[in-house]
Amino acid sequence: MTNTMGLILSGWRKPELKDLSYIRSVSAIPFGGKYRAIDFILSNMVNSGIKNVGVLTQYSFRSLMDHLGAGKEWDLDRRYDGLFIFPPSLSDDESGWYKGSADAMYHNLSFLKRSNEDYVVISQGNSIFKMQLDEMLEYHLESNADITLAYRKMYDYSREDLSRLGIIKLNENNRVTDLQEKPLNPQSDLASIGLYMIRRTLLISLLEECIAHGDYDFVKDIMIKKLDKLVINGYEFKGYWRNISSVRNYYRCSMDMLNPAVREELFISNGKVYTKVKDEAPAKYNEEAEVRNSIVADGCFIEGVVEDSVLFRGVTVAKGAVVRNSIVMQAAVIEENASINYAILDKNVVLTKGKYLKGEYDYPVVVSKNSVV
Amino acid sequence: MVKKEIIALLLAGGQGSRLGILTKKAAKPAVLFGGKYRIIDFSLSNCINSGIDTVGVLTQYQPLKLNNHIGIGKPWDMDRMNGGVTILSPYMKESSGEWYKGTANAISQNIDFVDKTAPKYVIILSGDHIYKMDYSEMLKFHIKNNAEATISVIDVPYEEASRYGIMSCDEKGRIYQFEEKPQHPKSTLASMGVYIFTWEVLREYLVRDEQREDSDHDFGKDIIPAMLSEERRLYAYKFSGYWKDVGTIQAFWESNMDLVKRVPEFNLYDPEWKIYTLNPVKPPHYVAPSGSIKTSVIAEGCMVYGTVRNSVLFPGVIVERDTLIENSIVMSNTHIGEGCVLDHCIIGESATVGARASIGKGEEVPNADRPSIYNSGITVVGERAEIPEGTVIGKNVMIDMYAQQEDFCCSTVASGSSIYKGGVCE
Repeated sequence: MTNTMGLILSGWRKPELKDLSYIRSVSAIPFGGKYRAIDFILSNMVNSGIKNVGVLTQYSFRSLMDHLGAGKEWDLDRRYDGLFIFPPSLSDDESGWYKGSADAMYHNLSFLKRSNEDYVVISQGNSIFKMQLDEMLEYHLESNADITLAYRKMYDYSREDLSRLGIIKLNENNRVTDLQEKPLNPQSDLASIGLYMIRRTLLISLLEECIAHGDYDFVKDIMIKKLDKLVINGYEFKGYWRNISSVRNYYRCSMDMLNPAVREELFISNGKVYTKVKDEAPAKYNEEAEVRNSIVADGCFIEGVVEDSVLFRGVTVAKGAVVRNSIVMQAAVIEENASINYAILDKNVVLTKGKYLKGEYDYPVVVSKNSVV
Repeated sequence: MVKKEIIALLLAGGQGSRLGILTKKAAKPAVLFGGKYRIIDFSLSNCINSGIDTVGVLTQYQPLKLNNHIGIGKPWDMDRMNGGVTILSPYMKESSGEWYKGTANAISQNIDFVDKTAPKYVIILSGDHIYKMDYSEMLKFHIKNNAEATISVIDVPYEEASRYGIMSCDEKGRIYQFEEKPQHPKSTLASMGVYIFTWEVLREYLVRDEQREDSDHDFGKDIIPAMLSEERRLYAYKFSGYWKDVGTIQAFWESNMDLVKRVPEFNLYDPEWKIYTLNPVKPPHYVAPSGSIKTSVIAEGCMVYGTVRNSVLFPGVIVERDTLIENSIVMSNTHIGEGCVLDHCIIGESATVGARASIGKGEEVPNADRPSIYNSGITVVGERAEIPEGTVIGKNVMIDMYAQQEDFCCSTVASGSSIYKGGVCE
């Protein structure tokens, strides 16, 4: 796939993620004990041989920049190509703010123009999945489409979650005949997974035309408006896929990591998932530790009970503390005899001695970064 | 290159033969330790944490793993434009070529490397020890005393003193006597194998030592005594903290076990003094509903379906159901099958233990072939060995690297015996 470059749209604001995304871009949301959401698409790209990746950021991108750095962990710290981060930039004639996905790409047209790969993979940065992009490119080349859109049969999605996706209809040749962005009443369970493949030169001309018409969104203003003129084909992705867009689906998706089949697919087969290294020592369990059905990252220190939970790096669970059905992010501390159930604790949260927090499966409590409860 | 005040030379060429099968294909500094590290990580991390960013690593014995591990020094932030880490292996010269004949000779052969950065001081380290030490404090001590050599020492119990190089010094720390492994030690201050020299002085002694044919070219035996006899300014820098030479199977096992205690003497979790190593790129570890872990250190990528007590698990170890692992060290990517019982053993990297195997239970008899190595009740399984299902293995047993089904004569391996790869069954 050295003939393909990557573009990651790091995501617009997601009010449904509440406190989890006020301070960070949705792509930078911590996930799975040590990762951030963007690690999955970045690793997919790197594992498929892509060496030139641009990340377009908009909201609260500080933590994303900090995470990505020069791209060392993804082996993208290259002399040529590698990783490029494009936050909005101010200039004389521009407010700088990206008005939409096409606008964001258009503002960085020079990156597209000076790259020399023939094809571009465009993706969101908040999807949790493992995909061989080279197989999709093969399909794209064979089918001679203008744009190939990856879709998935969302048999495991609720109607409510479906209405947050782009719902498509296909004809018998796999050509996309209808595409509805976030419809209130989804007509099918085939949804776009926000991953597109397109010839670089075609992308450049489509963007130029779109902006000239005063439009700004890649899906609404280019793909939907040109369904008749462009050949947009669907490519079915059959693996695990979740798009992090609300507290509820963040919670459920995190809990999916306790499923051995999902873990095997995401982390073990077909390439690794790379992330920023923290150099923590291995986790330490003391005599009182009772841990079951949980994921525990390096640097954790456990003297209490942990069940059906995800512990990020450097979490402390003190004696008598109980963590159930919860997600505890980096360096949080659950002090003695404190307990949580159905909770999401953001980074550095301290739950002081004896405190008790409980949410519900459908409505987990979220405690924002650096809070002391 | 930019001139440096101090650079480090790390002697990493030793075999560590008393570690038996663990060092068959790796130098001692490359042996895994503490759930994710290799022994050399401690010295390398001490360097970078002390502000020393130029390190020459002298390799000789089985350097492949060490070279792979160190690479260009990325994990220690030593991939630098100026300085960084350099692997120094023995090399051919115009007229001849030779191995490193002793610790001092190894440095002598690399005088050009040191001269290139023209440091004022050099610190000589060995990659064999587990400790955290701020070398910059030792350097301050060296400079304050206007010393020409400073040797880091640690107080050891009198009974053990005869295993070390022992210093006698005055109340200001100036050394007046040095004895290598004395039968009747006059002091209990043992050399830790950490020396700071003023380079100009050391260089002169190294050059002179090379001319002498009766020399062993060793710091302890030749350089230090020569400097003392000429009344050079040698000082002892007292270190009081955790310092372990993990030179034997017993010591290696014990210092790993030190880490699982409630409050470990050796703290790996200090954010001010991190120990860096090559990152294994694995997801966090998983404990299944059937799994249970107590008093243990567990690295990333492990999957625990069984029971683990008092043990250290390296990255990617899989422990299947109904298996009990106690008092053991299990190295990276090892698979332990269902219904096994492991006690007091060290399992090498990428080994496989078949279902229902029992390892480390039996009578206390030293290993028949290598009694001086395997004698403390610990059974050692070599890298990539495959233990057949249902095998019962006793204490002080050695299982060779790559040993497979056909190398096992029967399903019982008595305490004190050994299984060799391609060995002949009696």
